[in-house]
Amino acid sequence: MNSGGTARHPLVLTPGLRVDEGVLVLGGLPVEMRGAEILIECLKAEKVEVVFGYPGGAVLPIYDVLYDADIRHILVRHEQGAAHAADGYARATGRPGVCIATSGPGATNLVTGLATAYMDSVPVVAFTGQVATSMIGRDSFQEADITGITMPITKHNYLVKSTKDLARVIKEAFHIATTGRPGPVLIDLPKDVSNGTAEFTYPETVDLPGYKPTYDGHPKQIKELARAIEAAQRPVLYVGGGVVSSGASDALRKVAEMQEIPVATTLMGLSAFPTAHPLSLGMLGMHGTGYANLAVTECDLLIAVGARFDDRVTGKIETFAPKARVAHVDIDPAEIGKNVRFDIPIVGDAKRVLEALIPQLETKTRPEWLAQIATFKNEWPLGYAKGRDGIAPQYVIEQISELTKGEAIITTEVGQNQMWTAQYYRFKQPRSFITSGGLGTMGFGFPAAIGAQIGQPNRLVIDIAGDGSFQMNIQELATAVQYGIPVKIAILNNGYLGMVRQWQEMFHNKRYSATVLSGNPNFVAIAEAYGAKGFRVESEDQVRPVLEQALAEPGPVVMDFAVSREANVFPMVPPNESINMMVRGDR
Amino acid sequence: MMKHTLSVLVMNQPGVLARVAGLFSRRGFNIESLAVGVTDEPNISRMTIQVEADDATLEQITKQLHKLIDVIKISDITTDERVDRELALIKISGDAANRSEILQVADIFRAKIVDVAEKSIVIEVTGDEAKIDALVQLTRPYGIIELVRTGKISMVRGSK
Repeated sequence: MNSGGTARHPLVLTPGLRVDEGVLVLGGLPVEMRGAEILIECLKAEKVEVVFGYPGGAVLPIYDVLYDADIRHILVRHEQGAAHAADGYARATGRPGVCIATSGPGATNLVTGLATAYMDSVPVVAFTGQVATSMIGRDSFQEADITGITMPITKHNYLVKSTKDLARVIKEAFHIATTGRPGPVLIDLPKDVSNGTAEFTYPETVDLPGYKPTYDGHPKQIKELARAIEAAQRPVLYVGGGVVSSGASDALRKVAEMQEIPVATTLMGLSAFPTAHPLSLGMLGMHGTGYANLAVTECDLLIAVGARFDDRVTGKIETFAPKARVAHVDIDPAEIGKNVRFDIPIVGDAKRVLEALIPQLETKTRPEWLAQIATFKNEWPLGYAKGRDGIAPQYVIEQISELTKGEAIITTEVGQNQMWTAQYYRFKQPRSFITSGGLGTMGFGFPAAIGAQIGQPNRLVIDIAGDGSFQMNIQELATAVQYGIPVKIAILNNGYLGMVRQWQEMFHNKRYSATVLSGNPNFVAIAEAYGAKGFRVESEDQVRPVLEQALAEPGPVVMDFAVSREANVFPMVPPNESINMMVRGDR
Repeated sequence: MMKHTLSVLVMNQPGVLARVAGLFSRRGFNIESLAVGVTDEPNISRMTIQVEADDATLEQITKQLHKLIDVIKISDITTDERVDRELALIKISGDAANRSEILQVADIFRAKIVDVAEKSIVIEVTGDEAKIDALVQLTRPYGIIELVRTGKISMVRGSK
């Protein structure tokens, strides 16, 4: 869309224009800019390189300015895709993701994406169009109260009533989204605010008296934690997404290695600690490893860092880590004590707290505890049965893991595909696992992969999908093809909504109510119809060669793996059961 | 479970009441009463919220409230020496026959008669919750046509 390499903002090109104390002035007088232009200037000031969006009537002024702005716009095929792509971009890069939708249905289509980002604490800034201020509240065409709707699923939101407030609001929105516990912020822009004019100054600071996140842990509490670690016989680190988002992986590794503390991660924390590390216990919880769950049950000190004791982690809460003192490090004070008792609370940023802890720790070996962990590992090795009527789905993930050396960015959909990936992909570095942990949003992985790929153009990005989930945002194939976004999609196709079917098998007498996907399309033909590549894999010996070929393709590829139809995810902690009461399943 | 009084300073922004009320409802906290009005600084409002909660729930309420960007400060003034006031308007059915009786009751409570019609009387009363409850109790036999209460506002005594 851009036609040259120079700045081509019409106002910037005007001769005699200059910036005076942050205000654009022409011949001594401040210049008025349109709201839509102010928005784009603010995005540039925030160093936003890409926005994901879908146009419509109420955002026409914004799209008109975007037409020749120095910001890349990715046209998705459904606004939900825009929100997930912005989310995936943010998770892959650590920078805020930005999406735009029009008023009414455009805005409501963002809702699932915003809720996903909110539950997983991802910095996303969403702009929605709104009917003109004079039309608000009259059930106007394409009017929806999106600030009301998104109040419980955003960290904060704004309805901008005047163009002169716009720059301040955008500054605040980016600040709120990216600081403290990150999260999505929505800005609702009535059409007359985008069209209206105001002087433009991008504020350098924000004035939010009610918002002061705590980054540094209390020194006394950190000392207390250091003492507790020195005194513990069987400590376990239980780490979550906060370690990834604060960039605390190196500090975590140092603490774990200095003190020989085994590390169990949540789903969100998986990439924070290398799977192959001798101190790694993998994931804990409902589909966690047997050894992680046993280690947590036996530990005498549980050090939770950037994790929130989700019910999928704790199982029956009364018997979670029953022998342990609990230290809880979190930047969000409301998380401490929300679900479980605590002995050592530390409010602060995971990285800063761990870095402050390191100098207070001696090095220590724990041969007895590690020997006990080793017996847990022997008793509960990860393992799976050979595929009965198809490829073992776990085998596909193992092959992807080997072939990519654990260095790809992996996204997943939700369900069995997600849990098997968590169990069998061997992660090496943070921000390489992107999954909807809290909300559990089917249809997340593919658009998130598109966002991740745009943020990390040199990385290999693979969406490990189910045949059910993939169809929830399959339309984004058009986006991937239009922009040549080379994401690879590996569908573990079992013709079922596999995780729900597994629960029906185990808890509802195999009554497979509404979980049979007999109407599945030919995924290869679908991919080709969109202009992508498609591969169908029906036998185990074809898995590796097809993966090699597909991952080497320069464009988007869909791989359709015919997996064993009734393969289950094991081990499994039945709902409301203690996490040491795992079902081993068939091997 | 205990009744707590929270005095909350918030930005005087559109939607701030919805944010606070929505937070209480979606996290399953119960508001007994809520009164809101602007402070001496026009951009800041004070909410006086009365909740019934155990200690753990109260801690969660406080922490979750703090997360709202528009919430500036929360004080639990339950155990502070303070003045509690609520205003109520009570419309009672009354005619010439029992009017003087009703006036007497109102007088004892130092309530004001703010409207008298042929078949009704409106009483305005201020005081703490217990006083208003007592007056409501005493006027009920005459027939309460309508009752409006503002919800409690509180102020800590002394220079604190």
